[in-house]
Amino acid sequence: MGLLRREVSKTVNEPIISVRDLGISFPGKQRAEPIHVLRSVNLEVRRGEFVCLVGPSGCGKTTLLNIITGFIRQSKGEVLVQGTPVTGPDPKRIFVFQDNGVFPWLTVEQNIGFGLSRRPRNERREIVHHYVQMVGLTGFERAYPRELSGGMRQRVEIARALAPNPEIIYMDEPFGALDFITRMKMRTDLTRIWQEEKKTILFVTHDIEESVQLADRVVVISQRPGTIRKQIEIELPRPRDLDSPEYLQVRDEIFETMGMSLKVGAG
Amino acid sequence: MNKSVLSILLPVAVLLVVYFLWDGAVLLSNTDIFPRPYQVFLGIGELIQRGVLLKYVVASLFRVSIGFTLAVLIGVPFGLLLGWFRPAFLAFNPLIQILRPISPIAWIPIAILWFHVDDRAPIFLIFLSSLFPITVTSIAAVQNIQPVYVRAAQNFGLTRLDLFRRVIFPACLPQIITSLRISLGIAWLVVVAAEMIAVNSGLGYLIIDARNAGKRYDLVVAGMLMIGLIGLILDLLIRRLERFEEVKWGYFGGR
Repeated sequence: MGLLRREVSKTVNEPIISVRDLGISFPGKQRAEPIHVLRSVNLEVRRGEFVCLVGPSGCGKTTLLNIITGFIRQSKGEVLVQGTPVTGPDPKRIFVFQDNGVFPWLTVEQNIGFGLSRRPRNERREIVHHYVQMVGLTGFERAYPRELSGGMRQRVEIARALAPNPEIIYMDEPFGALDFITRMKMRTDLTRIWQEEKKTILFVTHDIEESVQLADRVVVISQRPGTIRKQIEIELPRPRDLDSPEYLQVRDEIFETMGMSLKVGAG
Repeated sequence: MNKSVLSILLPVAVLLVVYFLWDGAVLLSNTDIFPRPYQVFLGIGELIQRGVLLKYVVASLFRVSIGFTLAVLIGVPFGLLLGWFRPAFLAFNPLIQILRPISPIAWIPIAILWFHVDDRAPIFLIFLSSLFPITVTSIAAVQNIQPVYVRAAQNFGLTRLDLFRRVIFPACLPQIITSLRISLGIAWLVVVAAEMIAVNSGLGYLIIDARNAGKRYDLVVAGMLMIGLIGLILDLLIRRLERFEEVKWGYFGGR
């Protein structure tokens, strides 16, 4: 497996991603006021860290991830990845989409090998094989996405992101379209893969439970204009016990930060 | 009764009913111009014997193949480019929208003026009739591509050429194939009309010639029947393109 490993960089303490005073506004329709989506966002992510961005829907968390990836340009501030300003998407930082990101005209193995076209054929085959196994799709290498379940397609997308050995993986509600049981399984598998691969992961979700189950640190974003309200380090050991008082305490802290009570229904 | 037996029996029953209705109507009307069905089959036999049927079928198919192939070779890349480059679309779209509603039949006088009574005239008309549907569909296919595919491709650092070759083209292919199917159908309609006026061979010429030279309506209907059968075969052939694994996702309700 030495082939698949690259040397881990030496500058461990320096943040791999730094977002400085970031803001973005979109022009309003018909001369209305511009819409300020994000305002003075400051964020640092350490190498190998698993960070979740949570916030209410419409708060701009997906926009933030799109700016950090380089799909959208910010109006203000800067994003540095490994000290260099982001000017566009880069294969060293792969984005995992919520849904539909896999190419339906390619098989599972062609999708996973999509970012490897410049590698020699043997190497490519070995890497694809490795990631097919890692995400549990052995036996489905020649299947097309339309023949797979939603969870399996999301596994293809994750494997495709991992295969070119990026340093960072951005995930935008990757399990949002899956049913509850599949989602739980995907979280367990993603944690295992992250521990094996030692990637930096920046993960957007609106699901507070999900963020506490997965992350080293949860970044809570406020209502629009979105800005960082609170950052919570989660030092719970993995695998995480979802019944432990410590887990529940962190979870409730985030609920509270977002101004939500845990009781459902009219008061 | 199982489905496959029904799917043969029912159409055969309908055809038999049509056969006898036709035959009965001709007998009742006492016409001596409109042929009875068996006379049409004899007419087909006569055409085969005279050696013109195969010759005319080949002539028509040849014109359709050339005109249609030219339209595909030009329309698909042109449409993909216009779909991708917004300024090119803005520049060419009004021209396309003006030319598109003009029936290929309306071009017949100009085709004769430019190409005389020659194979090139019907080929040109078929080319025109296929070019617009193919171009317009290719443009729309690129413009409506799921943005997530383009973003994913850009994320993997594809060059512009690779983006086109590995993502844009395969993403548009199901719609392009549908447009090929539609425009081949149109081309087959147009070749008959073109051959009635612009040349001296082919199935369209057969029909108009059978009428003009002796009111041979048995041969007219025989020619029509051949056009229908060959049109059906062409459609069945081009539909096979929809069965390739790379494009199946585009049909039957998507992925």
